[in-house]
Amino acid sequence: MADTIILEVERFHPERDTEPSYQSFEVPLRADWMVLDALNYIKDQLDGSLTFRWSCRMGICGSCGMMINGVPKLTCETLLTNFAPGPVRVGPLDHFPVVKDLVVEMDDFMAKLQKVRPWIVRKDDFEPQREFIQTPAQLEAFHQFSLCINCTLCYAACPVSGLDSNFIGPAAIALAHRYNLDSRDQGQEDRLDIISQHEGIWDCTVVGECSVVCPKGVDPSLAIQQYKLTATKEWFKSFLLPRGKN
Amino acid sequence: MSSAKRSNEPIVWFLFGVGGFFAAYFLPIHIALYGLAFPLGLAADPGYDKTYALLQNPLTRIYLAVLLTFCFFHAAHRIRLTLSDILNMRHLNTILAFVCYGGAIAGTVCALWMLAVVH
Amino acid sequence: MPQYMTFQPKPYRPRMSAYWYLDQWHYLRYALRESSSFFVAYFCVITLIQIAALKAGPTHYAHFQALMRCPVVIVVNAFALIFILLHAVTWFLLVPRVALRQMLNKPTPDLIASAPNFMVWFGATVIVALFILGVF
Repeated sequence: MADTIILEVERFHPERDTEPSYQSFEVPLRADWMVLDALNYIKDQLDGSLTFRWSCRMGICGSCGMMINGVPKLTCETLLTNFAPGPVRVGPLDHFPVVKDLVVEMDDFMAKLQKVRPWIVRKDDFEPQREFIQTPAQLEAFHQFSLCINCTLCYAACPVSGLDSNFIGPAAIALAHRYNLDSRDQGQEDRLDIISQHEGIWDCTVVGECSVVCPKGVDPSLAIQQYKLTATKEWFKSFLLPRGKN
Repeated sequence: MSSAKRSNEPIVWFLFGVGGFFAAYFLPIHIALYGLAFPLGLAADPGYDKTYALLQNPLTRIYLAVLLTFCFFHAAHRIRLTLSDILNMRHLNTILAFVCYGGAIAGTVCALWMLAVVH
Repeated sequence: MPQYMTFQPKPYRPRMSAYWYLDQWHYLRYALRESSSFFVAYFCVITLIQIAALKAGPTHYAHFQALMRCPVVIVVNAFALIFILLHAVTWFLLVPRVALRQMLNKPTPDLIASAPNFMVWFGATVIVALFILGVF
């Protein structure tokens, strides 16, 4: 195995460039390095202006998502030697506006996330005197979808996110679904108003890439299709029983 | 928030979903026999009389009516999405919807009309 | 009085390529899967023609059978069969697990949902074939 590997990193300076370009860096090819280590090597030793996000370096904060050879990945979890002899193309996440180099603007995603109200919604004035009791079965119902770390790799993988910037997107819908399935939550109706619009679940064409790239096994595609079943059931109910809920 | 904001897409999605199952269960054998095996002589064509007798059976006609209706709507929905996303015609969404679902309705009406009465 | 920047740098908004589905094998696989819909529509129309020919009489049905023997039609039918098989396999692997997950409300192995559908498919194929071949 060679000693070094070439990283072709996408550079974009908002004050100088109108379009991104690629810059090549030669970094050591160490057996235990992740792509994030290579990027930090570049920033420390070769070009201090390289800008990118990272934090926990252990796959839980969701900060370091980037396109590696055209596939969205967490750079802290992607082994560098997987790409030997290289070169490796590193770029900012697809379908997001690029602020600088490998940093993307997340405001749109944050707004979409807020829209679906990803928290326990109570319709009553119930003040719990102790924590809510949940059986293991009740936890199992939503646990898988609660593993989302908001890394937005799914948005980068989803072609509909690129084609329609209004699409609420896999992570937001999966999180809405997580709360719908939570036995403590009473907000299903409110979320359905947002989700069952065209920019919600109905924009999804089941490409399935979101579930393939998810680093935590959330399977947002499954959540979206389940939500379609729920929304369809509610639609038929409202159609056949138009006088509304009791 | 009123539920009037919710999309009416569930109905087309429902037709698409059921149609997907019917197309998967039943279309392959139809194509395999009528489209390939009989024309190529790989299996003996039952001939006009037997096939016509099969068509006369009300159960066959109900089966075909249901199969064709749901398959037309399944195909229409998927074709519309394919044209919209893969062939980049998203801006023509309304026209695509008219053409695709209109085509499905036309096909369904045609099928039901032909299958309604077979002497 | 807030201090405003004299220069407002604009983020770069990449445009999605018109051929995005060629960028990754997974996207191309998706495009092929979706294009099976054209063949579904095609064979439904063929079936309509077949019904019309049956109702019109033996000579018209003979014309229909001759049409089915055209080399071009045979090639299209072969592609239609391949694509509809692709549809069936991908459908049974993707769709039933959603309903099962919804019903059971907990993660389940995908095979439990898919396997019964493959069995029903096999059964339906055999029964329909027997009817078409005139055994019943």
